Amino acid sequence: MKSNALIITPNDDVVVAITALKAGDEVTYMCQDKQESFSAVTDVPRYHKIAVHDIPCGSVVKKYNQIIGAATKDIRKGEHVHVHNLDSLNKVQGK
Amino acid sequence: MKFYGYRRPDGRVGVRNKILILPASMCSSDVCRIVASRVEGAVSFNNQVGCAQVPSDAKLAMSMMSGMAANPNIYGTILIGLGCETCQVADIAAIIHQRTNKPLRMMTIQGEGGTLRTVEKAVRWAKEMVKESSMLQKEEFPISELVLATECGGSDPTSGLVANPVIGNMSDKLVGMGGTSILSETTEFVGAEHILAARAKDERVHQRILDIVARYERHFVVNGENVRDGNPTPGNKDGGLTTLEEKSLGCIHKGGESIIQEVFDYGEQVTCKGLVIMDTPGNDSSSLAGMAAGGAQVAVFSTGRGTALGNAIMPTIKITANRETYQNMSDDIDFDASGAIFDGVSIDQLGDDLLKLVVDTASGRFTNAEILGYNETSTMRACNFV
Repeated sequence: MKSNALIITPNDDVVVAITALKAGDEVTYMCQDKQESFSAVTDVPRYHKIAVHDIPCGSVVKKYNQIIGAATKDIRKGEHVHVHNLDSLNKVQGK
Repeated sequence: MKFYGYRRPDGRVGVRNKILILPASMCSSDVCRIVASRVEGAVSFNNQVGCAQVPSDAKLAMSMMSGMAANPNIYGTILIGLGCETCQVADIAAIIHQRTNKPLRMMTIQGEGGTLRTVEKAVRWAKEMVKESSMLQKEEFPISELVLATECGGSDPTSGLVANPVIGNMSDKLVGMGGTSILSETTEFVGAEHILAARAKDERVHQRILDIVARYERHFVVNGENVRDGNPTPGNKDGGLTTLEEKSLGCIHKGGESIIQEVFDYGEQVTCKGLVIMDTPGNDSSSLAGMAAGGAQVAVFSTGRGTALGNAIMPTIKITANRETYQNMSDDIDFDASGAIFDGVSIDQLGDDLLKLVVDTASGRFTNAEILGYNETSTMRACNFV
């Protein structure tokens, strides 16, 4: 199956959708030459992020193997990750 | 690799051969626009600063103005002030003379007796200067004479995924051939400054990188703001960027993997080879103006959402890896990097292709922004743009 998402590093908590996805669609991407696949549980616009595993509220979220922020809600595997459930660590910690 | 350019009397090499009609402040911007519109080969821009400024702010404005005049793409400059502004023409001229010995003439609207007398005299001066400049022949120069500005704006996730890594790949190749590349936009180092600092040439540059980011953050804190509330922009968020940290981690790819040799202040003349940082805001036109003032002859500007921007004196090549954006705005965007997302084209191949476009542009190929007449220019303020 052709990939419809990209992961930047194997340590990332999110992949980037390269086509718009609907809830229930299969998310497919290559990670270290191995094809990975799971179901999207929400709609995801093109080029937006999808969680590759469950992320508890308050946990840091990594992309580029670096911290891009922290979850402001529990995020399920396959869920759209964006401003509704992710914010800067600096703001989450209220610095 | 080589390109065709113009040797300047100060030893630098230009890729364009324009006369700059330079407004000392907003009060003379209209006159400068009128003069430039009457003379083929003359350029100007709307100067939004230059008066009623505190010293640190006026210093940034004068650094931008003097640097634009000293930029090697400019043959000579006609500097026009109103007469009573903070940034006096004599003071700006003194800084220009410290940077270059190129032709420079100046006047004020008050001194000449109003708009029409100023326009007539300035058009005559500009005509003479254009005639002189048109006698200059292009010569071949090594790519090591190039100073490249890098910028990203209207970013989306494709910027950090592909477009900025392609610029970084090209930048590393340019640096490897002895050229200079400027990484800019201090706002978009926030959350990624540790990665850049780790690539600093020495402890002093390491600390400077951390210091410019900390200073930036402080500016907002003293005003009761958080820099993260102004960035990402609504368009960045629509595109899929969530936090400033995510945007920053994509942004810094424009610097490739080279060692960072130096950190320059806004508009300061870039005086060393290799990859350097300039402390500029994320605001695109202001950041581009700072690097043009620093002496960059060509800019490469990545976008995800699509941008039309250019610069009055520096050809600006726009690149996107968002295929829909390229199709939507192909009149504005010069380079399509989306093949890396959809067709398996390598970043390295795209880096080669982009380097060729940079060299062709330096040798005279027009960018879309030049053809369409973009000259938007803004200037960093002491209380900064986001």
